[in-house]
Amino acid sequence: MITEESVLFFSIALFSIGVFGVLVRRNLLFILISIELMLNAVAVLFVAASSFHNNSDGQIMYLLILTLAASEVAVGLGLVIQMYRRSKTLDVDQLSSMKG
Amino acid sequence: MMTTMVFSTTQILFFIAAGVALVSALLTVTRYNAVHALLYLVITMLAISLIFYLLGASFAAALQIIVYAGAIIVLFIFVTMMLHQGEITIRQESQLFRPGRSIGAGILSLILLFEVMFLLSPLSGLTEADVNTAVSKVNVVGINEIDAKEVGLKLFGPYLLLVEIAALLLLTALIGAFHLGRRHQEEAL
Repeated sequence: MITEESVLFFSIALFSIGVFGVLVRRNLLFILISIELMLNAVAVLFVAASSFHNNSDGQIMYLLILTLAASEVAVGLGLVIQMYRRSKTLDVDQLSSMKG
Repeated sequence: MMTTMVFSTTQILFFIAAGVALVSALLTVTRYNAVHALLYLVITMLAISLIFYLLGASFAAALQIIVYAGAIIVLFIFVTMMLHQGEITIRQESQLFRPGRSIGAGILSLILLFEVMFLLSPLSGLTEADVNTAVSKVNVVGINEIDAKEVGLKLFGPYLLLVEIAALLLLTALIGAFHLGRRHQEEAL
């Protein structure tokens, strides 16, 4: 049987990898991918909790996370395209020219 | 504590899937080529889907493949193909991301990871009784199968408002993405 701790460790490890990605990548596309990884780590935790507690509320929250991820990706990729059109690069450091 | 642990098949499958997911996630965040990173991300999603299935959430497992691997990743790949310029992009990216420079962030992430793992592991100062009182409150009985019917009944019963919020969220995202992706009038002229 899968223990709660092992799922928890897996989820935390996946979340840490996502945080690492957001911290080290300067490419907007990779930052979005890392955010997807973090959302997935939380989703695993929700589904596991729903399974261990025999309560389907966790899966309802998983559905909401899925919706959230889809909308976040749609808006985020719109921003990526707009940024590429304006500055021909996806380097987020280039956005420092936005400050006044 | 570590005496003759016998792992069941489910456990072995879980460890393999978790290992695959973690390795491919690490490869995802360290690739220069965006398409390679996205393919590794698909593998991560498939491994997570397997974990969902092992946890008895077959509906979530199906949704993970359909929505994540099928829709969200495809969206990413379309945008990558729009923006990708082959060798130039990869060379640019190798200048933007140097693994040698990311040691600091890696150490910080690892510290956070090990801190939480230490807190949860039996090595920490928490006695068995502390953990038991924290765990026994929720009456954990093991893995339970939760099928689509149960989720659907909840979704269209007490959580009806949540469905409407989700619909509103998707509509907002659609309008936002349309507005952001549109070329402006002055640029078109």
